Amino acid sequence: MGIDRQSLAAEFLNMLPSDCVIYRQEELIPFECDGLSAYRKVPLIVLLPYTVEQVELVLKYCHRQKIPVVARGAGTGLSGGALPHEEGVLLSLARLNKIVEVDSENRLARVQPGVRNLAVSEAAKPYGLYYAPDPSSQIACSIGGNVAENAGGVHCLKYGLTLHNVVQVTLITIDGERLTFGSTGLDGPGLDLLTLITGSEGMLGLVVEVVVKLLPIPERQQVALAAFDDVEIAGKAVAEIIAKGILPAGLEMMDNLSLRAAEDFVHAGYPTDAAAILLCEVDGSEDEVSEEIMRVRQILLDSGAREVRTAEDETERMRFWAGRKNAFPAVGRLAPDYYCMDGTIPRNQLGKVLTMIGEMSEKFGLPCANVFHAGDGNLHPLILYDANNEGELEKAEEFGGEILELCVAVGGTITGEHGVGIEKINQMCAQFPDPELETFHAVKAVFDPHNLLNPGKAIPTLARCAEFGAMHVHAGKLRFPELERF
Amino acid sequence: MSVDQDQSTQLQSSIKDALAEQSSLRLIGSGSKDFYGRELGPQSVLDLSGNRGIVSYEPTELVITARGGTPLEEIEAALEAQGQMLPFEPPHFDDKGTIGGAIAAGLSGPRRPWGGSPRDLLLGIKLLDGQGRIMSFGGQVMKNVAGYDISRLMAGAMGTLGVLLEVSIKVLPKPVEEHTLLVDRDPDAATSLIGAMIADSQPITASYSLADKQAIRLACSHQRLGTIRSRYGLQESTESTGFWQQLRDHKLDFFQQPKTLWRLSLKPTSPLELTEPCLQEWSGGLRWLYSERPAAEIRNLVERQGGHAIQFRNGDRSGDIFHPLHPRIAGIQQGLKAVFDPHGLFNPGRHYANY
Repeated sequence: MGIDRQSLAAEFLNMLPSDCVIYRQEELIPFECDGLSAYRKVPLIVLLPYTVEQVELVLKYCHRQKIPVVARGAGTGLSGGALPHEEGVLLSLARLNKIVEVDSENRLARVQPGVRNLAVSEAAKPYGLYYAPDPSSQIACSIGGNVAENAGGVHCLKYGLTLHNVVQVTLITIDGERLTFGSTGLDGPGLDLLTLITGSEGMLGLVVEVVVKLLPIPERQQVALAAFDDVEIAGKAVAEIIAKGILPAGLEMMDNLSLRAAEDFVHAGYPTDAAAILLCEVDGSEDEVSEEIMRVRQILLDSGAREVRTAEDETERMRFWAGRKNAFPAVGRLAPDYYCMDGTIPRNQLGKVLTMIGEMSEKFGLPCANVFHAGDGNLHPLILYDANNEGELEKAEEFGGEILELCVAVGGTITGEHGVGIEKINQMCAQFPDPELETFHAVKAVFDPHNLLNPGKAIPTLARCAEFGAMHVHAGKLRFPELERF
Repeated sequence: MSVDQDQSTQLQSSIKDALAEQSSLRLIGSGSKDFYGRELGPQSVLDLSGNRGIVSYEPTELVITARGGTPLEEIEAALEAQGQMLPFEPPHFDDKGTIGGAIAAGLSGPRRPWGGSPRDLLLGIKLLDGQGRIMSFGGQVMKNVAGYDISRLMAGAMGTLGVLLEVSIKVLPKPVEEHTLLVDRDPDAATSLIGAMIADSQPITASYSLADKQAIRLACSHQRLGTIRSRYGLQESTESTGFWQQLRDHKLDFFQQPKTLWRLSLKPTSPLELTEPCLQEWSGGLRWLYSERPAAEIRNLVERQGGHAIQFRNGDRSGDIFHPLHPRIAGIQQGLKAVFDPHGLFNPGRHYANY
């Protein structure tokens, strides 16, 4: 790599307004990590363009000079997807933050990538509409990042992921061409390339405009809180709700450690002696909700809930949810550091997986709180540790890695909504054999033949996997040999 | 009745034979959508109908996994027995169709705006690619962001990227009751009334509009239907729910014309300056048009509104059937074809010429 910081800054200062180019060491430090602060790298330079045309100029230049480009949205990502490249440009899209249009008749909003998730719903509210995906970082995270990660939230079972709620994206290719994928109708021509772009972690192009689907704000929402003496019984209650034909808007589970932490933090009114609680929300018209919440209550009681409460009023409903939505920071108060995992498992494996996580927790000597999007099988174990204790971060990472490999072994996946980034790149080797990984690399090469966009993220090289495999196959045995492989 | 059978190994060797002979293959399930797409030259047929059977179905997981050749009818019967359904309501042309074909064609029925499309509901696949490799992408869980979403890319790819040996699909509870209401208004007033009902979150699951007949399907109890009827001043139709099935399968009289049938996909409120009548579904998002106008004229009209047009049935099938692509996007598509099918084995030219 020949180019130095000063001469690169001079090039970009010719191209962009001076406040778009950040190159002094002390000013670069705030950009050295995203939401996964355990990984840090100082980029060669940070660019903060104001316009799509400026993004095009930057990419054309980087393409010509073969300079790596890492895109960054709000920097709230939890897998290190926006971890800078030491010899590359960190391209922040935060200033592309306009809501271009709200089309209330067709229930669509056209927004720039730097628009915050919650701001879309705020802009749609006067029309009685909202944007459904609600990752817990929704106050801060931006739509561009949501597209890059295919972000989820607590309402995915009924309303889907980002990919179900984005109809069109405009993308700048690595060589600076502006292309539109998807359609404002219900389908587009040719291969559905939007499916590849959503969740591609900034590896295929830079998203500069997004058209999202808006939904009518439901007339009423109501939530039931059920307490259980046994986590496994809570898991069975989830299956029972689904079996009875109910599709809740939200269905969340918290184990004892996480619910106690949340109760201490926000006083949500959770029963602190319960082994687990379930929050089940239904939404729709007034009469529909009244009818359905009574059914939910009965199913929960019949499935062995010790106690079921429905929110008395909107304030109590918000309080029940506040506990869940603040679960991560609440658990964060229990230890100096926590490490948030993001596996997905078939729901019927929940009991087994939680028992095994409990055993691992003892083995590693680190506590683990579990928060679970029970409706869609997305599990967030939060491993508590203290980075100031020698070797504890490494232990937490190894514990986390084992959890993810367990998720794969029971037929699930290493990441449900946070992305692979740099964090889970080794576990990709556990999930995918070589031909699949080769295919991913070949797909990337179609969009980015010189591997300039977010290089080294999301898809491990086969060499890396060979090395990782050698480390992890002890005495010729895979982990969890007792489990049937899927 | 054929028996359940995993034919991946046989199909894999057929691919290897074709590679050795440098021939190409026409993929066929039940053949119900043979009419769809561009005309193919003489080709060996790769019959996928024997690779069939439900591999796993756990109603409480809301996922079904089946081999590509499994008849839609068989899948729907299994789901029905558990009070569930394929939310995209796939068409059964000629009363046939396989699940692999339904995904590959990417077509949805009247429920699509409310239930989702094949790409929305496809969770995972086992793919046999053009090098004879068997690979798995996605899985059986709803949230999965590990690696690029290769499975969903297969929905609507017309079998040009590989053989769908197995598919895992999200299923949903089937409404206990559905009813049809007639919207007795002139077309414009009906469209805006349906729009208002959607904005009010009424449980609409299908819409139909042709000339002076407008109808909607609602998933609700009879009691609730009464409330909705009086709120919006609507009449219950004497039409049975079978009407929607006929619409889905193109069995209505409208679909029996000998002319060229166009499928237009647009933003629901987009105006189209046409004198021919359009049958509309999806509250205006999908329009069926019989017309002998030149293809370019129809495509231009639709494209100006940000939509796209497919020459669905009849007419000359040697030119463009699917909407022409931006040259760079066509290039990306070609690049992806080379990743999955580098020797051009599968359905060459059926989706786009030279692809």
